[in-house]
Amino acid sequence: MKVRISDDAVALACGAEALAAAFVQHGAEVERVSSWGMHWLEPLVEIDGMGFGPASVDDVAAIMAGNAGALAIGPIAEHPFIAGQQRLTFARAGRTRPLSLDDYAATGGWKGLERARAIGPAATVDEVMASGLRGRGGAGFPTGIKWRTVAAAPGACKYIVCNADEGDSGTFADRMLMEGDPYCLIEGMAIAAHAIGAETGYIYVRSEYPHAVRKLEAAIAASRAIVAPVVLHVRVGAGAYVCGEETSLLNSLEGKRGEVRAKPPLPAIEGLFGRPTAVNNVLTLAAISHILADGADVYAAYGMGRSRGTKPIQLAGNIRHGGLYEVAFGITLGELVNGVGGGTASGRPVRAVQVGGPLGAYFPPALFDTPFDYEAFAAADGLIGHGGVVVFDDTVDMARQARFAFDFCAAESCGKCTPCRIGATRGRETIDKVLAGGDPAAQLALVADLCETMKFGSLCALGGFTPYPVMSAITHFPEDFAAEQVAAE
Amino acid sequence: MVDSLSSQHDARLDAAISRHLGSEGPLLPILHDIQAEFGCIDDHATRRVAAALNLSRAEVHGVVSFYHDFRERAEARPILKLCRAEACQARGVEALVAGAQARAAGRVAIETVYCLGLCSVGPAAMIGGKVHARLDAARLADLIEAQA
Repeated sequence: MKVRISDDAVALACGAEALAAAFVQHGAEVERVSSWGMHWLEPLVEIDGMGFGPASVDDVAAIMAGNAGALAIGPIAEHPFIAGQQRLTFARAGRTRPLSLDDYAATGGWKGLERARAIGPAATVDEVMASGLRGRGGAGFPTGIKWRTVAAAPGACKYIVCNADEGDSGTFADRMLMEGDPYCLIEGMAIAAHAIGAETGYIYVRSEYPHAVRKLEAAIAASRAIVAPVVLHVRVGAGAYVCGEETSLLNSLEGKRGEVRAKPPLPAIEGLFGRPTAVNNVLTLAAISHILADGADVYAAYGMGRSRGTKPIQLAGNIRHGGLYEVAFGITLGELVNGVGGGTASGRPVRAVQVGGPLGAYFPPALFDTPFDYEAFAAADGLIGHGGVVVFDDTVDMARQARFAFDFCAAESCGKCTPCRIGATRGRETIDKVLAGGDPAAQLALVADLCETMKFGSLCALGGFTPYPVMSAITHFPEDFAAEQVAAE
Repeated sequence: MVDSLSSQHDARLDAAISRHLGSEGPLLPILHDIQAEFGCIDDHATRRVAAALNLSRAEVHGVVSFYHDFRERAEARPILKLCRAEACQARGVEALVAGAQARAAGRVAIETVYCLGLCSVGPAAMIGGKVHARLDAARLADLIEAQA
């Protein structure tokens, strides 16, 4: 009997290692695969396409004997959570062994790289341009324009850098892709290098992702000959959230403090070691493999408005059905949270949803008709960022969340610019004054003024976007900032 | 005796340095290796790295002190990194903190980390590169006791 169990960090954290060992002990053959992304079912056991989860060591005998009815979810690929998705970037999730070159090639791997080499660098950039792909890290900058700029920049030495410093709470798609389908990222980087004229690539992975680091190192070693002459390296971060900002990341790669650089010059002109550099997110580069393999028009056929293609959305926090949900742009927040996600895990009413990480806005259920689209979220004073959706139930204290946003900014600020360095600390103090009860209206006006300064005066998104969670909490949940509510506690 | 010990120490430092000297921007990989081997990057290591890379001590110290991962003094106790970012907050981690600190009673260092990428199955923690999820008070106490 062949049993498939994920070796993704979520599965491991939920006991997959002991579970796999127990199956081996019972005489089964165990194959370790990537995760399907249905995290509430992890560790998920797959036998002949049928799923059982969440499984523990105690369930092994029953599953093998065929009477684990309570855990059975039927055919995994037909589960509504999977069947409802449009998986392009995560097409292999759950289906392949992460480090198997055979599995990768058998599922269309390296076709994009072959085609890029066949059509040449300029046509490769055109293809990416035509796909409408925008940076999946959060900023949403058109990838084709970035590549064209790097390709046109003078200089013989250029770099491709992958930003895998996925620090936003509520996001794990980069991690899942690196752990589950590392060759897809490697192929995307090889295509990018080919397109912009680079021979060296760096993947900057945060240190909190040791499993991803190991998988990538093994995958790079195994695919060295395939991507040659491009040479890829993994670099490990050191626990600084701000290094997810591209110029800070470049400084960190150079061995410096991860301080933000003023732009211009753009990294595309003067990036790593002063050379023209394309910095792209993991999911952007992974999408490239698909775009080049199947064509720009196939990708661009998905989505809405200027948001083309699919977005891997991460359902997290207090949500019943958490995990990875890749779908075309346009799905509404409410469909995601209440439909796909099934509401809260605690069973209590949803009160707030933070979209786009620690720098994203908190949305109340009244705004659940907002479609997942860069422009629609911007119009609602929010951002989709890296696609993390963190659900909170009605026990959340939004004043505390606003205070945390300032706290987080203070802890992670690189210190380069004043609005962020000083503003974060002053902001937290002012929220404390609001909560202490002395003239909250005047203090909240100060917070709004400070947020205005941080938004327009900060060098990067850390200081610039911290106002999103703060102001959205104040705007949509004013009752949590009222003095009488505090006094009653 | 003391001399030979310190020269062994320096030889290990130099090995960590020379492993990466040929690569571009070698400082962070070197610091990671030194910390993995010695548990910290102390003043002596800072001087040695600075000399090898032709940097000032201030530059190396600036880097060591910038990043949360690097420490200038070794932590003798086992370290449990508990995620206290928003997704784990939404799943109740804040209610576990005081109990965990009391249980650890100084035997285990409980450090805050912002996000382990396990945001759908939190509260989550990492101990020595191993990850643990779906923590409640009892499971967290078990983890702490297993380390203490």
